[in-house]
Amino acid sequence: MILTRTLTILVLFSGAAASAQDDVIAITGGKIVTLAGEPIENGTIIIRNGRIAEVGANVAVPAGAEVIDASGLEVYPGMMDAVSRLGLTEISSTAATVDTTELGDYNPQLTAATAVHPSSEHIPVARANGITHAVTAPGGSGGFGVGGPYGIHGQASLINLAGWTVEEMAVKMSVGMVLHWPTIQTSTFDFSTFSRVEKKFSEVKEQYEDRVAELEDWMDAARRYAGESEKETDLKLEALAKVVEGELPMMIMADDARDIKRAVQFAEEQGIKMILLSGRDAWKEKALLAEKNIPVILGPTLRLPRTEDEAYDKPLTAASELQAAGVRVIFASFSSANSRLLPYEVGNAVARGLPWEEGLKGITLYPAELFGVSDELGSIEEGKRANLIITDGDPLEIRTEIKHLLIDGVPTSLDNRHLELYEKYRARQ
Amino acid sequence: MNVKRFVWTAGLVASVRVIAGGGAAVAQTMVIRGGTILTVTNGTMVNGDILVEDGKIVEIGTNLSVPEGALVIDARGQFVMPGIIDAHSHIAAESINEGSVAVSSMTGIEDVLDPTDINIYRELAGGVTTSNILHGSANPIGGKNAVIKHRWGSDAEGLLFKGALPGIKFALGENPKRSRGGRRGVPRRYPATRMGVIDVIREAFTKARAYRKEWQDYEAQKAHGQADLVPPRRDFELEPLVEIMEGKRLVHAHCYRADEILQLLRVAEEFDFRIATLQHVLEGYKVAKEIAEHGAGASTFSDWWAYKMEAYDAIPYNAALMTEKGVLVSLNSDSAEEARHLNQEAAKTLKWGGLSEEQALALITINPAKQLRIDDRVGSIEVGKDADFAIFDTHPLSVYAVPQKTIVDGKVYFDREEDAERQKALVEERAELLEKLKPATEEKQ
Repeated sequence: MILTRTLTILVLFSGAAASAQDDVIAITGGKIVTLAGEPIENGTIIIRNGRIAEVGANVAVPAGAEVIDASGLEVYPGMMDAVSRLGLTEISSTAATVDTTELGDYNPQLTAATAVHPSSEHIPVARANGITHAVTAPGGSGGFGVGGPYGIHGQASLINLAGWTVEEMAVKMSVGMVLHWPTIQTSTFDFSTFSRVEKKFSEVKEQYEDRVAELEDWMDAARRYAGESEKETDLKLEALAKVVEGELPMMIMADDARDIKRAVQFAEEQGIKMILLSGRDAWKEKALLAEKNIPVILGPTLRLPRTEDEAYDKPLTAASELQAAGVRVIFASFSSANSRLLPYEVGNAVARGLPWEEGLKGITLYPAELFGVSDELGSIEEGKRANLIITDGDPLEIRTEIKHLLIDGVPTSLDNRHLELYEKYRARQ
Repeated sequence: MNVKRFVWTAGLVASVRVIAGGGAAVAQTMVIRGGTILTVTNGTMVNGDILVEDGKIVEIGTNLSVPEGALVIDARGQFVMPGIIDAHSHIAAESINEGSVAVSSMTGIEDVLDPTDINIYRELAGGVTTSNILHGSANPIGGKNAVIKHRWGSDAEGLLFKGALPGIKFALGENPKRSRGGRRGVPRRYPATRMGVIDVIREAFTKARAYRKEWQDYEAQKAHGQADLVPPRRDFELEPLVEIMEGKRLVHAHCYRADEILQLLRVAEEFDFRIATLQHVLEGYKVAKEIAEHGAGASTFSDWWAYKMEAYDAIPYNAALMTEKGVLVSLNSDSAEEARHLNQEAAKTLKWGGLSEEQALALITINPAKQLRIDDRVGSIEVGKDADFAIFDTHPLSVYAVPQKTIVDGKVYFDREEDAERQKALVEERAELLEKLKPATEEKQ
């Protein structure tokens, strides 16, 4: 057991970067769930230069190929956590280890990847449960909470969960601009005094309108900036220009139905691409979201209802309700420590009516499409990066084990801090 | 405006009662028909029947005859397991922490139980039937607990699990250390280190021992017929600690790190008592041998980690590894949300540590029952035990298992289909209320 793992680690270290990997790998004998057509029983995948070269039922294994025997096992695209804090936070209550949220309300110039800690213990932990790549996004607390303060927090990055440096990990440095939409909250909790603070509705409403107006001003400024041929470089506007020019989607976090509607209106007026994040009330606005073709990256399904009278299982049924209404549903952990639980968030939605394949696509193909990398990732097709998992069953089921995992075609270690501690203390007499 | 808001709120509160079916449950003779029965202590029975009378299990078998007038619950194709027991919960209470003092053993959850907390119902909808409601972790010695059954619709007293041995909360590590310190306008409070935490506990038991001696001396003198005796003044802080030393009150101790766990076990041994349960106990796997030798139970999370420094060595193998090393282990929620899927949390031990299905289910049924000393009443499906069940549409260790019905003392407190109907009614009622509000809103504008 230990010996096998050591060998796997050596393989990882000798070939962490895809460019250095020119061995041919063949995965044989397994059931291949490609998510691009019917599953292939007893199929073969040939991997060359880190990419899928061939996939099918009758594919010959080239001489000299390293063979991974997947007999009795199932092969799936690696899972993608569409909004995580991976690499940005280590111990959420210890500020020195948290790099999720900057000071100031408007920081479009920031990029998550510039703060990703490649040796974070959270990365191998997530990987061991089948997460091969993830969007790591600024904003949020780094802890259990999904949300975070209002503001433009910067650009989210898509990273592979393997690599010596963030340069090796990065699939795409910038996939979207994160905006936490303002909200009208009359009652807040002040942790410094541990007491509730009540504000007048008129006061918070005014602040809300001010913030929306400020956002509109920023977009106007970015549009003017983009239109100027000679200009002094302004890093903030340079970044926002990518949003107004349609190069980057605006990833807008909003939960209240009121805020979701307003954000949709904002995106439409500004003519920008919008992705809704978290969306606790998204089900209330499913018709609007479907009509405007706005996808939702849902916050964890395992949450409490928002109000006392909301159905006890609303957070669990919301995904299927949205999907049935024609809204594209994607799942994410919005976390670092809980990224590994992503498949179970989906499994719970499937248990309440979401079609299984839709659920699986919601953590593979759909986020890849959403972030413009579906030519690279998200399904098992020729030419795509070989980010794959080999399991002993349904990847959404809790007891299923990940047997092998490949990132950019490299068999990657499933070892992690937790397994190491387990083995160390299990051996204690 | 105020009046309108009142009406609106009143309407909603009334709806919540309707929606959650408060007080509707009636005890009656019941047969749960044809389910796969996961007894936990006595294997699995396929296509089994359970006969319930007066809230107790009276017979388990196949093709039982249905007494006249009995309610028949069709569980064919479904899975019946014992009601889930959550060994660490903070629901159904108006307040949780009396953190202004380092020792708050004079306080108790029983005084602040809130039977209207919707989480009682939400957790029923996750199969939970019994919860250990604990004081918070703000101080080394916290307040007294209350073990409740999820009898939604009853009053505070009706929630209590009568006959459960009383307990108390202790807390070690970061929480009692940081409590009340460093926040604006709040005075700092001893202790601020792990040295101080264990000192507070040792000081308290030293006082309690002296207090017990005062009473013992008094009782001895009284027994000798001495006249004009003045009894010692009762001390509500020390009384519960004396009960602990006499084995009449269980200690549920919040802890994380292996070193602090060991310190607490040794202090308890110094005063000749045992810790009933170590709560959270995320590094329990490091000192499982010592925990087993001391005889403490361990109640942990399935896989939470890294939310604070003392949780950085938390591993999802903890429950399985402690089980393997001979510790009596349960899984708890500490959260109204997590409590709703403890069955899924138990399932994680199948992959992380390789427990058997029966061992995994025991973590949320018979094991917490043993830890709370209520295993003669609940925690397994056996004749004579309370009729507390969670019924799922498929095996409860599957991510796809959806709770269908939850039964406490032979009464159905949660029924998924009925809930769906009530939800529909609520949507209609809300629409009506909104309609009534409309003209008023327009007038205002």
